[in-house]
Amino acid sequence: MIKTRWIAVGAALVIGAITSASATAATTLENIKKKGHVQCGVTTGLPGFSQPDEKGNWTGLDVDTCRAVAAAVFGDAKAVEFTPLTAKERFTALQSGEIDVLSRNTTWTLTRDASLGLNFTGVNYYDGQGFLVSKELGVSDAKDLDGATVCIQSGTTTELNLADYFRAKGMEFTPIVFDTSEQTVQGFSSGRCDVLTSDRSQLAALRSKLPDPNSAVILPNIISKEPLGPVVRQGDDEWFNIVKWVLFVQINAEELGVTSANVDDMKKSDNPSVKRLLGTDGDMGAKLGLAADFGYHIIKQVGNYGEMYDRNVGPGTPLDLERGLNALWSDGGIMYAPPVR
Amino acid sequence: MNSQQPVSKPSGPKPWYDPRVRALVFQALALAAVFWAGWVLIDNTLANMESRGISTGFGFLDQSAGFGIIMHLIPYDATMSYGRTFWVGLLNTLLVSFLGIVAATILGFLLGVARLSSNWLVARLALVYIEVIRNIPLLLQIFFWYFAVLRNLPAPRQSLELAGLAFLNNRGLYLPDPVAQEGAGALFAICLLAVVAVVVLRIWAKRRQRATGRIFPTFRVGLAILVLVPALGYLATGAPIAWDVPELRGFNYRGGLTLIPELAALWVALSLYTAAFIAEIVRSGILSVSKGQTEASKALGLPNGLTLRLVVIPQAMRVIIPPLTSQYLNLTKNSSLATAIGYPDLVAVFMGTTLNQTGQAVEVVAMTMAVYLSISLFISLLMNLYNRAVAIKER
Repeated sequence: MIKTRWIAVGAALVIGAITSASATAATTLENIKKKGHVQCGVTTGLPGFSQPDEKGNWTGLDVDTCRAVAAAVFGDAKAVEFTPLTAKERFTALQSGEIDVLSRNTTWTLTRDASLGLNFTGVNYYDGQGFLVSKELGVSDAKDLDGATVCIQSGTTTELNLADYFRAKGMEFTPIVFDTSEQTVQGFSSGRCDVLTSDRSQLAALRSKLPDPNSAVILPNIISKEPLGPVVRQGDDEWFNIVKWVLFVQINAEELGVTSANVDDMKKSDNPSVKRLLGTDGDMGAKLGLAADFGYHIIKQVGNYGEMYDRNVGPGTPLDLERGLNALWSDGGIMYAPPVR
Repeated sequence: MNSQQPVSKPSGPKPWYDPRVRALVFQALALAAVFWAGWVLIDNTLANMESRGISTGFGFLDQSAGFGIIMHLIPYDATMSYGRTFWVGLLNTLLVSFLGIVAATILGFLLGVARLSSNWLVARLALVYIEVIRNIPLLLQIFFWYFAVLRNLPAPRQSLELAGLAFLNNRGLYLPDPVAQEGAGALFAICLLAVVAVVVLRIWAKRRQRATGRIFPTFRVGLAILVLVPALGYLATGAPIAWDVPELRGFNYRGGLTLIPELAALWVALSLYTAAFIAEIVRSGILSVSKGQTEASKALGLPNGLTLRLVVIPQAMRVIIPPLTSQYLNLTKNSSLATAIGYPDLVAVFMGTTLNQTGQAVEVVAMTMAVYLSISLFISLLMNLYNRAVAIKER
């Protein structure tokens, strides 16, 4: 009797818990405003893109993308908290609502865009997959890699590209799959694998983590297109638009020559494009559900796209990556944003 | 209660005062609540995933996987389906669990007996081993074997080699692979025959001993049969097995059998760790056998080894089996730590890469959990059957 009674009580509790847990549907923007910060998913540590420094401050291109979103929403680039995620965890974290925006070196593909319930908001870095090999192997081209052992991070598009590439060339390889990029570097530097494959920007970052960066070279081959960009949940177009246009504003700002240094002067500019960008004219902010001067806050606190690039991954940084494809369309690259009007 | 009050109606207490009826009603209600809760959960999940545009269903299992897996017991390449990756991962999990259970059992029994040895040094060494190993987290031990030990082996070009046949380096242990030639079938049949012969011999020897009391040296004769018959058969069938010896080509050794360091590290760590627990279980089992049994056996003139084998262990097994089962289950479930060092088990391959490439988290996680549940229940079933065989028979 006592046993059955307890079962009944337990069942009642379960039922109560389920019925009371029916969530109220608020928009992402409302939720963010209520909690006072943007929750942003980043890597567990990748120099140049998202990496905590010794004081625990996150820096990097992907991190700045998140800070720009926070600056747009709150007028405060510091109103953002970071959730470090492995490649395997990232989509689930976004789908479940644990984070508001995923800015984590994520390649835009059809499958991810269409079947995961997610939307890519743009491209903040155009990348391609490459190979990092030890100099002493004497390999100068990827076609000499037949039979190689390859370290790779699990849950990435690179895992698929690698198999495609070797199959297309009729070559064999042995994949060693690790959870984090740190483990792949460790595997590479300890000699478990001959080759480390990843996006070329990541290779530059990972190479800088090696005990002796000069002992390894990045092969010239680029075997895939890897457009990397922020991701949001599907179904909330307001939030989708905000994240999308934050990046567009940064690209437009670079095109218009607006930088964090001159943005206060530019506020007085007569150029109508600049006026719309910084919110001194038109009501661009209101259309997105933001303050009129959201563009000003982004540029003032985070900077335009070029500043963000140079600061984190550009020449002179440990990654030392030329702009290349990521230069503005007007400078021979493919960075292009629709106009703010 | 009822005895104090006069029963008004001959039909007994009212249904809602009848404990049996009430028990049934409550149980039915509880069961209905459980089913309802389960249905709500599933329905809610599906509806929410639908509304968020996340695709559902098991159709993805037929799509081509497109990624490579380092170790597969069944043929696999990147053109095969996601469903195939499930089986590749599952077999890898079963392989390391099986190897681990065998090694942990042998080592655990040896240690458990050593722990009770009258030899001070042996007993203390076993004690130190058990206390050290079982008090360090398993994940750390896996890392230790993988990163600290196996990673420090020489590179492929400086491999340690044994007679030009076996090679050891930080990419694995490379062994010659037997390749069946013409006549291998006959050799296999001969080997099978030898095994059958030994089994028959053992049955005969036992019967004879029971009838006449004379002991036949089954072990030595059996061993001789198992070694000599296949060896002679090998020569008689014209050496029908060729050896595929691994050789260094390009970056790595190719050909032959490969034991990858990921498997080795996981196997060693799981076996050593679980053996420490099994040793304590074996010790408690042996101690549970009354001392009078040992003394009686000694009084009959049985030597130590036979006392242990024929008197103590069979009785200790009754105490050992149930907790031993749960150690086997632990080992199997712990094998999912493989993902930390890149061994392609079910969790790493299917719940890792496949889940990520397809995004079908709910389906993949459900399948993986169902698999571990099935493996555990299957091991429990086997051990329960064995337990029934060795348990005290009520006569």
